[in-house]
Amino acid sequence: MNNGDGKRLNGEAEEEDEDDLDGEGREAWERTYTDERSWESLQEDESGLLCPVDDKILHHAQYRRRLRSLSSTTTASRIQKGLIRYLYIVIDLSKAAAEMDFKPSRMAVVAKHVEAFVREFFDQNPLSQISLVTIKDGVAHCLTDLGGSPESHVKALMGKLESSGDSSLQNALDLVHGYLTQIPSYGHREVLILYSALSTCDPGDIMHTIQKCKNAKIRCSVIGLSAEIFICKHICQETGGLYSIALDESHFKELILEHAPPPPAIAEFAIASLIKMGFPQRAAENVISICVCHKEAKGGGYTCPRCKARVCELPAECRICGLTLVSSPHLARSYHHLFPIMPFEDVAPTQHKLPKTCFGCQQSLLSSGSRTTLSVTCPKCRRCFCFDCDIYIHESLHNCPGCESLRHSKSVNTAEA
Amino acid sequence: MASAPSKLYADDVSLLVVLLDTNPFFWSSSPLPFSKFISHVLAFLNTTLRLHQLNQVVVIATGYNCCDYIYDSSSATNQSSGTGMMPAFCSNLLEKLDKFVTRDEQLEKGGQEGGIASSLLSGSLSMALCYIQRIFRSGPLHPHPRILCLHGSPDGPEQYVAIMNAIFSAQRSMVPIDSCYIGAQNSAFLQQASYITGGVYLKPQILDGLFQYLSTVYATDLHSRGSLQLPKSVGVDFRASCFCHKRTIDMGYICSVCLSIFCMHHKKCSTCGSVFGQAQSDVASTSNKRKTPDT
Repeated sequence: MNNGDGKRLNGEAEEEDEDDLDGEGREAWERTYTDERSWESLQEDESGLLCPVDDKILHHAQYRRRLRSLSSTTTASRIQKGLIRYLYIVIDLSKAAAEMDFKPSRMAVVAKHVEAFVREFFDQNPLSQISLVTIKDGVAHCLTDLGGSPESHVKALMGKLESSGDSSLQNALDLVHGYLTQIPSYGHREVLILYSALSTCDPGDIMHTIQKCKNAKIRCSVIGLSAEIFICKHICQETGGLYSIALDESHFKELILEHAPPPPAIAEFAIASLIKMGFPQRAAENVISICVCHKEAKGGGYTCPRCKARVCELPAECRICGLTLVSSPHLARSYHHLFPIMPFEDVAPTQHKLPKTCFGCQQSLLSSGSRTTLSVTCPKCRRCFCFDCDIYIHESLHNCPGCESLRHSKSVNTAEA
Repeated sequence: MASAPSKLYADDVSLLVVLLDTNPFFWSSSPLPFSKFISHVLAFLNTTLRLHQLNQVVVIATGYNCCDYIYDSSSATNQSSGTGMMPAFCSNLLEKLDKFVTRDEQLEKGGQEGGIASSLLSGSLSMALCYIQRIFRSGPLHPHPRILCLHGSPDGPEQYVAIMNAIFSAQRSMVPIDSCYIGAQNSAFLQQASYITGGVYLKPQILDGLFQYLSTVYATDLHSRGSLQLPKSVGVDFRASCFCHKRTIDMGYICSVCLSIFCMHHKKCSTCGSVFGQAQSDVASTSNKRKTPDT
């Protein structure tokens, strides 16, 4: 900043004055207004009244750009995703986590979003497991063991929210490395470090530990809450992870949720293999038997197809014969990653023969007032949808209602082409 | 909808989206004729509309070749005129239904693959969910939506992934899927749909009394369900069907990369193309490996 001002000072003195006003002469709250210039996007209608800013179209355009960039990367190669993940979430609870630049404090914000993340993670990766690790007083502790139940993780974390001492990346990585080398070879080993501190206090050579993690195919990602640190960047580069710095709370939320969808599978990271699994049937509510997990007699529950033991919840490992038990809906939850629907295309408003309503929700596409609302169309079935349906279809439903309600969608497609 | 005073939206106001199976292949062989079925359903829809002034009913027809909206009580023109409404509502619906069935027939290309004549349940479910999302978007006060599948056709295995996607989306937005199955065998798709979303699955024993089943089980709004004894599930079939032979299996092999299901050991995954290394130490798998040739 100083350098730039200095240079301009030589040329034009007036410019310098303005710069000074813009940069330093104003308070931070004033500057946000100067930067955004929100008044410029205001529009007047015919009678001179101010219209509310319609940022829906803008939002939608941003959303579609993101969608397209995502789909271009996935369709380029055959879709292979690491769907069975073993993730260690390392939470830094050193003194730096008590700082209040995030309100009310860094660790409270971290805990809040880890909770949301854990739920989202299990929604998207039903067969994966999470474990929580905390760093406090320079020592890493395993808070919860690898497990598939979101409730237990969240509960354990909420009970342990205190910060003290220094932070140590090496201790955390060593601990996680020790655990992750024991998991089956088909699983994807991942570490997500939520780092508040600006330094690391290590007992030995951290480079050595990073090499060990790299050799063990552990993908380490870091989300920083303060400033960028070289060692974190180095860890992520070496192990193929992502390094990002949160600007504020909403940005942090965005960054952490980016880790919820399964990452692209890297062939060398996990060896593909066939895993033997059982699909138990759910017993009727009035059939009472003793379960192997709690040793209580109750109705319902699932029966292991190999040894006929009764377990209460799925997914689980049978305590008697060791068979992995899942239900088919668990597997089906991740199938939309394999068969993604294509992004919809924009429809020019001038085009004729536009249908009057959105195919999905029957909302009128004809617009409120004089302007025509834009719509999008599925490249396969050519049905038109409104923006809201477009987002819902791609974010949550993962089905195109148009394509699904056509029996001969394939033959129609070839006939058109 | 938007014109209705918002304070009137109590928690017993419902939006009922009915998915009506109109598959001609099913109805031609059904013990209950389609005309009788429709008269039961019309009486039920009218009951639902009468239960609360603000109740809303949307009917989507699930055909063999296409799906479409055939009735929406919120956009019906003469909804407010008390006496003339009842015949108008029925004739409206029947007229649209008639058009739909004709169109469905025209789309038929004659090339009906032998075997299962399933309806496009995945399409109508997806449309229903889109409609419900629109209701959710309409504001903080809206009727409580639920979906009722009146279905008779057998499950179409090719729709498995799409139906599952729809079920999970409904679960996320807390929309229960009730199902009333009129066909011969139990439908595994609808059983799972109702179990996962917390709806009611019922296979009526006596089809002539369909109206009674509909009005006693499915007419209740979500709020009153808590205090009622509704039919409980008698076990749900959670077995999966393998990708290679479409056989239903209770033990199988899962590709660790894409979670495809196979009934025997393969060397390469047919879905994602990954080559499998050593299978998990298991005697059965190694013997299978030797037996099966490359596919």
